Formats: sequence, structure tokens, C-alpha cells
Amino acid sequence: MRISLLPCALLLTAITLRAAAQPGELTPQQAARYQALVSELRCLVCQNQSIADSNAPLAADLREQVRSQILAGRSDEAIRDYVTARYGDFVLYRPPFKPSTWMLWVGPFLLLAAALAFTLRFVRRSPRASAAPVDPNRLQRLLDEESK
Amino acid sequence: MRLRYLLPAAVLVVLIVLFAFGLQHDPRAVPSPLIGKPAPDFSLRVVGADTPFTRDDLLGRPLLVNFWASWCVACRVEHPLLMELARQGVEIVGIDYKDTDAEGLRWLQRHGNPYRHVVADTQGTAGLDWGVYGVPETFVLDAKGIIVHKHIGPLDEDAWRSTIAPLLAGTQG
Repeated sequence: MRISLLPCALLLTAITLRAAAQPGELTPQQAARYQALVSELRCLVCQNQSIADSNAPLAADLREQVRSQILAGRSDEAIRDYVTARYGDFVLYRPPFKPSTWMLWVGPFLLLAAALAFTLRFVRRSPRASAAPVDPNRLQRLLDEESK
Repeated sequence: MRLRYLLPAAVLVVLIVLFAFGLQHDPRAVPSPLIGKPAPDFSLRVVGADTPFTRDDLLGRPLLVNFWASWCVACRVEHPLLMELARQGVEIVGIDYKDTDAEGLRWLQRHGNPYRHVVADTQGTAGLDWGVYGVPETFVLDAKGIIVHKHIGPLDEDAWRSTIAPLLAGTQG
């Protein structure tokens, strides 16, 4: 009993030490912020990847910047500003709403509204284009001629 | 002829114009937010020496700041033009981006050195502050150290003649 207790205690201590935030390592909360930030920043080298996904050296540099700035206690806002000051709004997968980007945000809804309006007009108009009323007498005459 | 029959044709024309514009536009060239702003501060050293080189060393005359590296293939493409510009007396400061001094110097020895100063940015920290995302990139600075233009990718005769030369001449006065 005494023999097996010692390794257990050691293991527990090790786990506790590991869980406690060491300097230079992110706490779970900070790690969550880190993940959120790096996945919404675009890598400029391979433009359709976030810096979280990209293997480009620049993406690694930016990840390191995000990590060290989180450790330095800077806010998400400040870190985003740091990156956009250097690379512009283009690096943000969620760009801010401003004069140069309003089309980006509103455009899809404008297109949808235009498509809906077009469809509505189309649907409303089609019944009016239906065939002229049938004269039953004339129809009968035609059928009679056919059967002769 | 009713107007609605013209509509598809009008849409087609708009699309053609849009696509033509899209073809002219290089999606890899991301406009820098630093245009019109003072060049970011940095404190580096000259390649192969301990001589410090800082932002202050860029002030007082218009010049080009060219980020390059010995491992950069596209830098070979623009290199003859840089040599030619240097011969014409254009001051170019070369920032050796994420490179070792030995490799950088060997590259310059082999191909020729168009740079008035060669500065080592071994870690790429200045590159990060300047918004560099792929060498070569060339910045045009006026005498006050304001970035007036950024050229992304290898510099070519066309860009030099149409954009950069007039800018350099314009900032002289």
C-alpha cells in the first residue's frame, strides 16, 4: 500500500503543476482568446487560410505576436488594431463596417432583395398571360369538323 | 422593342466590365495601410557589421527601401533593374529579410550590390512592422520619411517608369 501511494502522489503533483499556469504559457482563458483571434485573422501569403491554418512563416510570426501580446495583457481590440495597422482591414475575416466595406456587408442582402422582387414580379405576371377564354360553341364546331 | 428585352444585354455588359476590371486586379497585391504615414520605427544593424541602422538613417532625401532575401527567387528577377537604378544614382536601402548575414553577403557578391546600405532584419521584426508579407517589396519614401508608395513583388521597368520615378522626382522638391 505504501509503495503504490508514492507514485500516485507524485503523479498528482505533476498533474497539478502542469495545470497551473507557468510563465510564458497561456491560461485556458487566454488560450481560448488566442484560438479565436488566430482563426479570424487572414494569412496574406496564402489568402484563403487563417493564420491558425497556414504554415507560412509570416503566419507563424503573427501567431507568435498574438500569443506574446495576449501574455502582455493586451486586449483583443488592441491586437486586432496592431495587425490592421500593418496589413489593413484585408487581414480581418470580419472586416469593420465603414464606407469602404459597406458594399461587402450589404451587397448580398441587396442582391437577395433584387432577386426576390424579380421573382415576385415574374410570378404575379404569369397568370395574366394565360390563354384567352374558350368559346364552347366554337370548340364544339371544331371537334365536329374533326370527327367528320 | 420593349425595355425588358434590353435588360439581359445590359446585365451582360455590366458583368463584362466587372470581369475585365477583375482581370486587371491582382488579388495578391493588398494595399498597404501605411501609405501616407511615417515609415515605422526600427533599430537594426548593417549586414556583416555591428553598425546600427535606424529609421533616422532614412531621413533627409527621397529613397527606395527594398526588402529582399538571398532565399528569394523573385528578387533575382528585379535585381538587374535595381543595379541599373543604382547606376543612375537612385539611393536604395536593402533590408535583408529573414536571412543570415553570410548568405546575404554571398548573394550580393555573386549578383552585385545595388544597395547604398544593406541592413539585416534577421528575425523579420522590421518586416512585420512595415507590413511586409512576401519579399521582394519596395517602399518609396520621401525626405521626411513618409511612405508615399509600396510596390509588391518584383520591381519592373513599367512600374518604375509609370509610378516610382515620378514619385521620387516629385518628392525631391
